[in-house]
Amino acid sequence: MYDRPTQARATFPRPAFSFWSLLRRAMLAEPWPAQWRSPDPQPAYDVIIVGGGGHGLATAHYLAAEHGIRRVAVLEKGWIGGGNTGRNTTIIRSNYLQDESAALYEHALKLWETLSEALDYNVMYSARGVMMLAHDEHDVRSLKRHVHANRLNGIDNEWLTPDQAKAFCPPLEISPASRHPVLGAALQRRGGVARHDAVAWGYARAASAQGVDIVENCEVTAIRRGRDGAVTGVETTRGPIAAPRIGIVAAGHTSVLMGMAGMRVPLESFPLQALVSEPVKPVMPCVVMSNTVHCYVSQSDKGELVIGGGTDVYPSYAQRGALHVSTHTLEAICELFPGFRRLRMLRSWGGIVDVTPDRSPIIGPTPVSGLFVNCGWGTGGFKATPGSGHVFAATIATGTPHPLAAPFGLERFRSGHLIDEAAAAAVAH
Amino acid sequence: MLLIPCPWCGKRPELEFRHAGQAHVARPADPSAVDDDAWAAFLYVRDNPKGRHAERWRHVHGCGRFFNAVRDTVTDRIAATYKPNEAPPA
Repeated sequence: MYDRPTQARATFPRPAFSFWSLLRRAMLAEPWPAQWRSPDPQPAYDVIIVGGGGHGLATAHYLAAEHGIRRVAVLEKGWIGGGNTGRNTTIIRSNYLQDESAALYEHALKLWETLSEALDYNVMYSARGVMMLAHDEHDVRSLKRHVHANRLNGIDNEWLTPDQAKAFCPPLEISPASRHPVLGAALQRRGGVARHDAVAWGYARAASAQGVDIVENCEVTAIRRGRDGAVTGVETTRGPIAAPRIGIVAAGHTSVLMGMAGMRVPLESFPLQALVSEPVKPVMPCVVMSNTVHCYVSQSDKGELVIGGGTDVYPSYAQRGALHVSTHTLEAICELFPGFRRLRMLRSWGGIVDVTPDRSPIIGPTPVSGLFVNCGWGTGGFKATPGSGHVFAATIATGTPHPLAAPFGLERFRSGHLIDEAAAAAVAH
Repeated sequence: MLLIPCPWCGKRPELEFRHAGQAHVARPADPSAVDDDAWAAFLYVRDNPKGRHAERWRHVHGCGRFFNAVRDTVTDRIAATYKPNEAPPA
């Protein structure tokens, strides 16, 4: 059902990475040159992308690479990849329940599989498997339903017995006497992780080489509109910039930006936490998620356990999150992985995620002419980065939603055609 | 963890409370009289300000009663709490 999406290989001049270039740099001990330009903003562009995270940079890259729109500016109020792109737990999977979501996330997963080659930048995509645990009969039924729904959509997902789960992930505790007994698990082998910084940097490098201006430390303070109501540009902390098309890709701050255009969107912003342990030798071969006791954990190549916590219960823009929320997650980790109990946590942080009523993203045009929005990825946007940018670029370039993005328009909240992923996603999206 | 002043019980830890969404959202008096846009806005669209926010809380593990709070969503500082039928403080 899903053909592998075409991924235009960039043919523009830029310093290519090769065995020889790496060897030469190592031998000469020369510093690497900057991988993307840092220009001052020009007075006008064809498209302005607000938000320099993975989704925004990917959008700019595909606008240039696939639609020939190269007069593009990516405006980032801080530094690229410094928001949720640098704060997530880098989990990639496509085992979503609803057909619309499965198609969108599978589109992204297929792009992940060839992304390093397409960008000539190692994003360290590692298909080490994402295993979701069932702890009670309801979980078993729900996850088996996911397995079947995914297979009908051509997406790999398989059911494991507790012994098979233990064989796939040896540190997992599966004793029937444990506090959170494991009754089985759903495994997507093509799921895994990637290096979040490299995703932002790889897209930035590719976009910049095609003429996209990446403007950091440039906060949008107003959206300008003409007499007919259509957008004409933005005011920023680095001066006014004109453009007939604007794409908002600002995650937790989307409501603030849409408010500048006089629009209210069905989003609430919550702090979502993550934390990492001290680095240890390889102990964790895959990604394990448990929605019921709420934890998810993997191990980075540096050796740190990367642990996802929950959101606070109230909307907030404070990038930290409450201690009792991460404590709850660590209690579950200690029960499921008794061997991890002695590990010390090194860092914790929060990112502001924008959550929709049906836990599915919003992608598409808005009632304001020229204004497009890509938001609402909630607690699980990283995995979608390439697919999100790919379909959003098509939507901006043509003015009509990409077929995979069409079900995710703002219109669904009026028509009632919600794409309910709340049960599947909960917080562990 | 927030220390939330319940108007009836005084300051209690956040764990005793349940957040109940934006305050002062009124269901249309005659739902059949509003159009789809207005109904969608009532169902799904909430204020999501970066700053002062009026919201409902319920003291589920205490007196069980609903009340409203004004909280700054950047600092999480609660400026005031007040009873359900009272107007938000200026």
